Order: sequence, then structure tokens, then C-alpha cells
Amino acid sequence: MTTYLIRRLLWLIPVILVVGAVTFILMHNTPGGPWDTDAERRQVDESTRKSLEAFYGLDKPLWRQFLAYMIGDWNNKGEFVCGLPCGNFGPSYRQRGVPVEAILFRPPEDENGNLKPWYYSRFGYSLRLGILALVIAMGVGIPIGTIAALKQNTWIDYLSLLIATAGISVPSFVIAIFLIIIFASGLQWISVIPRSWDSPSVWILPAIVLGFGTLAFTARLMRTSMLEVLRMDYVRTARAKGLAERTVVTVHMIKNALIPVITILGPSLAGLVTGSFIIETMFAFPGMGRAYVQAISQRDYSMIMGTTLIYAILVALANLSVDFIYVLVDPRIRLEE
Amino acid sequence: MTAQVEAQVPNIPNFGEALKTKTPNQEALERLARNKASIVGLVIIVFFMLVAIFARVLAPHDPLEITSGQKYLPPAWVKETAGGKASNPAYLLGTDSLGRDVLSRVIFGARVSMVVGFVPTFIIVVIGTIIGMTAGYLGGTWDNILMRLTDVIYAFPDLLFFIIVMVSLRDTWLGQFMNGMFLLFASLAIVNWVGIARLVRGQVLSLKQKEFIEAARAIGVKTPRIMTHHLLPNTLGVIIVYIAFRIPGMIITEAILGYLGLGLRPPANSQAFFVTSWGGLLLEGQTAINAQPWILLAPAICIALVVLAFTFLGDGLRDALDPRMRGSQ
Repeated sequence: MTTYLIRRLLWLIPVILVVGAVTFILMHNTPGGPWDTDAERRQVDESTRKSLEAFYGLDKPLWRQFLAYMIGDWNNKGEFVCGLPCGNFGPSYRQRGVPVEAILFRPPEDENGNLKPWYYSRFGYSLRLGILALVIAMGVGIPIGTIAALKQNTWIDYLSLLIATAGISVPSFVIAIFLIIIFASGLQWISVIPRSWDSPSVWILPAIVLGFGTLAFTARLMRTSMLEVLRMDYVRTARAKGLAERTVVTVHMIKNALIPVITILGPSLAGLVTGSFIIETMFAFPGMGRAYVQAISQRDYSMIMGTTLIYAILVALANLSVDFIYVLVDPRIRLEE
Repeated sequence: MTAQVEAQVPNIPNFGEALKTKTPNQEALERLARNKASIVGLVIIVFFMLVAIFARVLAPHDPLEITSGQKYLPPAWVKETAGGKASNPAYLLGTDSLGRDVLSRVIFGARVSMVVGFVPTFIIVVIGTIIGMTAGYLGGTWDNILMRLTDVIYAFPDLLFFIIVMVSLRDTWLGQFMNGMFLLFASLAIVNWVGIARLVRGQVLSLKQKEFIEAARAIGVKTPRIMTHHLLPNTLGVIIVYIAFRIPGMIITEAILGYLGLGLRPPANSQAFFVTSWGGLLLEGQTAINAQPWILLAPAICIALVVLAFTFLGDGLRDALDPRMRGSQ
């Protein structure tokens, strides 16, 4: 088990290196970027360019720039500057003097000039929205799946299957468009772009939209899993020894049927936190996803690179979590290869 | 007694007919035809394909024609908006910020989505099947390389890869070729071929243990012929089902990229084949959500319809081609 865990964690290193390398190479070939060496497009004179490049370390060979970013490098004074492993993502090319990690992880200041709690950072906002979406998805999806399985082949079952199919296949931003037009411009219950995200009520619509796909997937997974459990011998035994139906359903069926649902928690949360950039943009949500989209439109290459790597690491960790949660919740499974 | 026998006589030809064995393909087609949802899906897909092909004939206006003083006209069934804009029956779904006909733009948008759905899929099926089959059948080093490669590609969140590729290569000659469509096809193909390669490999691995392959090998059939005549026909069903579920993913990816402003580049001349995409329309419509919601609604409805149609068709195909898989997932 421990060996397996260590091996899987070590496998993350080449994955991150490859993701980093692909992003790095592509970003370096971008015309018009800060790394562009095409002299005609340059608008700064030679000496300014030289000192700028020396300042940012761009005069070094490409492989060394890459290593400096991914691991670290010695600066001109001979001090070692740590890179990615220390959470150092380099300076943003648009917001001067602000490093990428500060844009994503540093909370804004309040009126008195003190830093707000960490969950007011862009990452914190995205994380909170993702968790809320996950809670909604599980809180609604699990009961729907359970009821659909218990009432198999009735209209309730068919209705929930229809919703689940639609929710899984139709992308969340399309569902968002429908909901925004119905609730914001049609019924005018909510404003599309709230002035402040401090009141809880404005979080509900983006969270529902974001979590809808996961909700549908959870409902479908729960239904399949419940249908499997329904036919198990231990359920028959529980009924045979005269347990109340409610005890059979909650203790013997739901508890066991939840196993596959629990394992998707990690990837779901990662998907919700990383897959939210369109939803965040639509609702003008001050999270990491919107910062990413803004960086794309502003061509803030270091910001794009840093955020991509964070997303990739989050997704990789989440996928890894599946295996471990499985072992934790299902003692029958042993991870050996 | 005799009367009874005579009564049965007319039935005998039918009886004989029923005994005639159908080929598995015919049976699959019949199963598919019985599935109402997938037939509806198929009809919707064919409809949008026809719309895409005959866009120039069907569109009531030139999708790029700018009419001054006609901007943000409401759809034809709205007499007058709160802002006091009267609709024009010539513009069924109204106009956008430049006075261009929304309906015509949506019709032309179908072209991009349909092409993005089918062209990269064709590429990945060809590449993925060849590589998957070779790796699965030959095994050994090639198989190992394929599996490690797929591990890495799976680890890269695919949407992020598309975004990175589009951001960095959009302004190069590669990104400008075919209004950026070529780059989109290429990046979709690079990421997606692994899925089908892995799928085919898995199928081939299990098929290769079967007696009929062993028999073919025993009588001296050459490896290429085993692949094309024995392995390929037996993996085709899985491939077809995979295609049906993969196409909507491609269409959604294009819509997301278009929405982020990274999709199709707007063409300069109005005779271009690709004029606008549904994703691009969403981006344009976003700023006018109150003034003209149909710029957003129309492409959103189209995307939802096409995606659902492919899902229903895919479900039907899976049930028809592989009855054992019925009801799973």
C-alpha cells in the first residue's frame, strides 16, 4: 500500500514536467509575447531589451529558463532562487510587480489595509464555489438516484434518467445561459452580475449551474449502484431477519451503494474548481477561472502558464485521490500490482 | 384435421422466412430502428448536417451584411421591446450589435460545429485504430510506449491543452491556415487519438486469445490480413459507439474555445466557407443578454440539441451493437 502510494506520487513528477514543458515550449513560440525574439515586432531599443531580459533571466538558454521555472536557479548575485516547488510562479507580465502566485492566492486588503482571510483570494473564491457546487450536487443527486432506483421503471425513474442524461451531455455553460435568461433577464429574481459576493444568495445560481453536471452524474451513478445493491444477498438477509424497511434502505443499501459515489468526490471537486472558468466569466465571479480567462485575453503568458500548471496539479492529485478513497471506504480492495 | 393443415399452409413461407438467419449487422440495424430516442437523434443530426451543407441557400440574409440603424432588433414575434425597438419580419431572430441577421449567423454556425464534430473524429479513428491495433496485436515494446504515452496525455487536462495551443499558435501561419480551423482540428486530434487507441488495444488484446484468430494464424494467414479481415470487423462496433459519444465532446470544445475568443477567426470575405461559429455567437451575445437574448439563446439551443441528439444516438448504437452492454452506465 505504502509502496503503491509512493509510486503513484512519484509518477506525478514526470506528468507535471511534461505539462510544464509543453506549456513552456508553446508559450515561447508565441509571436508578440514577451519572449518574442522577432526584431521587427520589438518596440524597445536594444539596451532596454538586454537589461529587461537580464532582469527576468530571459537571456539564459531556454533549457535553463525552464529549469529555473520548474526547480530554481542561481540569480546574478549567486543566491539560489527557488521555482515551482516553493510556489514561485514568476512575475505577471501584465500586472507589474505582482507575481502570479500573489494574483491567485493573496487575498485583497480590506478598508483598514489589512489582508482579508485567505478564502477571499481568487483561489479561495473558486474553492468555495466548487465546494458549494459539490454539496448541492451530492445533496440533490444522491437522493434522486436513490429514489429512482427504489422506484425503478416508474415515471420518477424515467424523469430522473432524462434529467441525468441531459445534465451529463449538455455542457454547463449552455445550461447557465438558459438559467440566466430565465431567472435574471426574464423573471428578474437575481441580478446576473451582483455588486458584491458577500451575501450568500448570489452564490446559489452559479453553484447550481456549476454543479449540475456533477449532480446528474451522481444521480446516475447512485441509481446504478443502488440497483446493484438491491439484489445483494445481505439485503435479502436483512429483510428476512425482520428489519424495518427504513433500516434496510439506509443502513444496508445506501451505505454500500455510496462507495462508488464517494470515490468520485475528489475528481468532481477538482473538475468543479478547475472547470469553472466559463461559469465564472459568465457571472463575473472573482475567482481563479476568470483570472485565467482574463489572462488569456490579455496575453499574460506567465499567468497562463502558472494557472495551467496549478490546474494540472490539482487534476492529477484529484485523480490520484480516487484510488486512495477506494481503499479507505472499501476494505475488500487492496492496491497491489 | 385436414382443414387445420390447410389453414397452416399459407403460413409456411413466412415461417421459412423467419428461419433465414439475419446477419448480425442487420439485427443491429433493426434494434437501432426500434429505439425511438436514437431515431429522433439521428433525424436531428441529419437536419443540422443539411443546414450546414445548404447554409448559403437557407440563410435569409448574408451573415456578414451590416445594416446600419438595424442593430439589436428583437425577434419577429416581439412587436416592440421595452426600449421601443420594433421588430422586422425579415429578421426572424432579430439582429446583433452590427445589425447582422442572427438566424443567418446561427445557420452558418452549424457548419463549424458539424465539421469540428466529424473531421477530427475521422482523423483520430484512423490514427487511433491503426496504432491501437498494432500495439495490441504485436504487444511488447510498442505496447509499452503507447501505454506510457497515453498516461501522459490523459494527465494533461485536455481543455487546458487546447487553450494553450490556441493562445500560443493562433497568430502564427499555422493558426491562420483555414481561419484557425486547421489548428483546432490538429489539437483535437492530438489529444483524442489516445482514447480510441487504448480502446482498440483492449479489444484486440481480448480478441487475440480467441480461437478464430488462432485458427487463422494456424492456417498461415498473414498478420496484416488478420488485422484487416478478423480484428477490424470485430472491433468496429466499439469504435462506432465511441465515435457517437466523442463527436459531441468535440462540438462542446469548439464552443468553449469560441466563447473564450480562441475559436474560428472571423473571415475577411463574405464568400468564406466558415463565417462564424456557435461558440463565437455566444461570446458576441453575452454582452447583449438584455438587449437581444436570442444571440445567446439560439446557438445555446442548437448546441444542446446536437449534443443530446448524439447522446441518444450513441445510447441506441451501444444497445444495438453490443446487447451485453445494455443498461450499463
